[in-house]
Amino acid sequence: MLNFILSRMARAVMTLVMVMSFAFIVMRLSGDPATILLGPDAPQDAIDAFRARWGLDDPLWKQYLAYIAQIFTFDFGISMRDQMPALDIVLERIPATLAITLPAMILKLGIGIPAGVYAALHRESIADRGVITLSIFGFTIPSFVLALVLVLIFSVQLGWLPSGGQDSWQHAILPIVTLSVGGIGIMARFSRSAMIEVLGQPYIRTAMAKGLSWRDVVWKHALPNASVPIVTLVGFMVGALIAGAAVVESIFSWPGVGRLIVSSVANRDLAVVQCLLLVIASSMVAANLLVDIAYGLLDPRLRSKRSAH
Amino acid sequence: MAFVSIRDLKVSFDGVQVLHGIGLDIGRGEAVGLVGESGCGKSVTWLAALSLLPAKARISGSVRIDGQELIGAPGPEIEKVRGARIAMIFQDPSSSLNPVQRVGKQIMESLRLHRGLKGAMARTEAIRLMNMVGIPSAETRVDLYPHEFSGGQCQRIMIAMALAGQPDLLIADEPTTALDATIQAQILDLLSTIRRETGMAMVFISHDLGAVSAVCDRAAVMYAGKIVESNEITALFAAPRHPYTVGLLDAIPELDVTRARLQPIKGTVPDPKYLPTGCAFAPRCTHATDFCTTDQPELKRQPDSGLLACFHPAGRYKTETLTRREELV
Repeated sequence: MLNFILSRMARAVMTLVMVMSFAFIVMRLSGDPATILLGPDAPQDAIDAFRARWGLDDPLWKQYLAYIAQIFTFDFGISMRDQMPALDIVLERIPATLAITLPAMILKLGIGIPAGVYAALHRESIADRGVITLSIFGFTIPSFVLALVLVLIFSVQLGWLPSGGQDSWQHAILPIVTLSVGGIGIMARFSRSAMIEVLGQPYIRTAMAKGLSWRDVVWKHALPNASVPIVTLVGFMVGALIAGAAVVESIFSWPGVGRLIVSSVANRDLAVVQCLLLVIASSMVAANLLVDIAYGLLDPRLRSKRSAH
Repeated sequence: MAFVSIRDLKVSFDGVQVLHGIGLDIGRGEAVGLVGESGCGKSVTWLAALSLLPAKARISGSVRIDGQELIGAPGPEIEKVRGARIAMIFQDPSSSLNPVQRVGKQIMESLRLHRGLKGAMARTEAIRLMNMVGIPSAETRVDLYPHEFSGGQCQRIMIAMALAGQPDLLIADEPTTALDATIQAQILDLLSTIRRETGMAMVFISHDLGAVSAVCDRAAVMYAGKIVESNEITALFAAPRHPYTVGLLDAIPELDVTRARLQPIKGTVPDPKYLPTGCAFAPRCTHATDFCTTDQPELKRQPDSGLLACFHPAGRYKTETLTRREELV
């Protein structure tokens, strides 16, 4: 197990270096921070001074090596715009993002999985069709459309909930609902098909032939097996918790990580964008690692495959 | 009265009838073989009896165990029969065990359910059962998972799990089909031994008449959802009457006849959606007459106590086949 985790960690570091290199190249290709930050009318000497100050005059390979070296010393640079450590700016935004993505995640799992499992157990029933229909609706409607519709109904028409900002817990409701609807749909559909797949397996027939009640067949034999594929999807969702929701945060003026991405990319605030990507990629990689460990706990076949390596 | 008696059992899926009125009696301690090609309804008969078919299956007729009707009985009553009175083992042992649960736990689940054994007592009994079915060093292997056992060993564990409920009848649904020949023989031996020791009845479902003859007293031959012939094993082998039974016997390789070409039954099992109006075997039968294609033969008791559904029973056919084989030598 330890070997397995160590090899995964080494792979994770590789992944992160690749993400950072990609971020570096794309940011350098997509425009000059000096002209964007100082404005198109800035005098040439100001632009030259800015470029010298941030090392933008150096050849690309030199900038790149300096940048990678920095990262390995946990130095993520200074924001060009705010003159503050980029990491501080990013970390400051994480609680606000988690305040909406965590509750949304709980809704996705808490509603999506039971709905999907129920539908699978009552296949072809009205409830099953209802779950399928609602879940298709849930994950096909774009979040910006849903957000605007919700604002229109609950803020403009009914006046029950605020349409933007972060002043009270009521402000979080619409962003949370918007964020969770798609995930609930995906989770329900996925759990349904995972469960249907498992229910068709010979060991379910064995469990029934044994004389177990249907309830025990489902809880003791079907669900533990269906949880293996479901955990994969949960892993993706956990990984995306911090990346948050650029669109939803922008619509509801929620000061989270998502909005920071949008504004720092627009400003070509290189250090902040790179630091954001590193933090988001790390959370994805960590979530994947957790999923791999969970697989081993849930499925003994994978566990022994690993120890064989 | 027979211990288990099936009368006029019919099953259809989505309007397509796959079982056309099965009648079968199993006496206490008796071993009965159910033989026929894939899709002829051997397994469906018993899955229907225990309500293990998908919900879309339409079942009619009667299955009684000690007089208790199972068809249409409420769920909890069927659950009391499954595993406790009638246990079942299946064709693919490796995927018939729950892959994420230790085998010991799966056996103990049956022990708790049918004999109320818990904790250390259940564990000891599970180990005893594993020893009984021939799993070496059961004391340590009781905590392993199904994938850590071979196919043959998984089938042994399935048998141990079935025995845990001390059933009166064991349905063995092609238990050796997925196993190689030597393991097959071991499992057949094991089933015979267990039956001798416990006195339970057994239904052995197989397409292999040879395997059936090794463990059964009596066999019923099924074709396209019907029983076409049934008799004591010795009588069935010595004097098969239905041309289909003759065909099945001809498909068994014989050791004493060297280099004989096996005689396949020409054609395939008819699609249950488009069954012939007459005898379902008529299109493949070399001795069918016009009459066979229009009228269905009934299953009738024969003078020697066997049952047969055929207008032109064989008697000479077997010897004719032998002559053909001798010419080949």
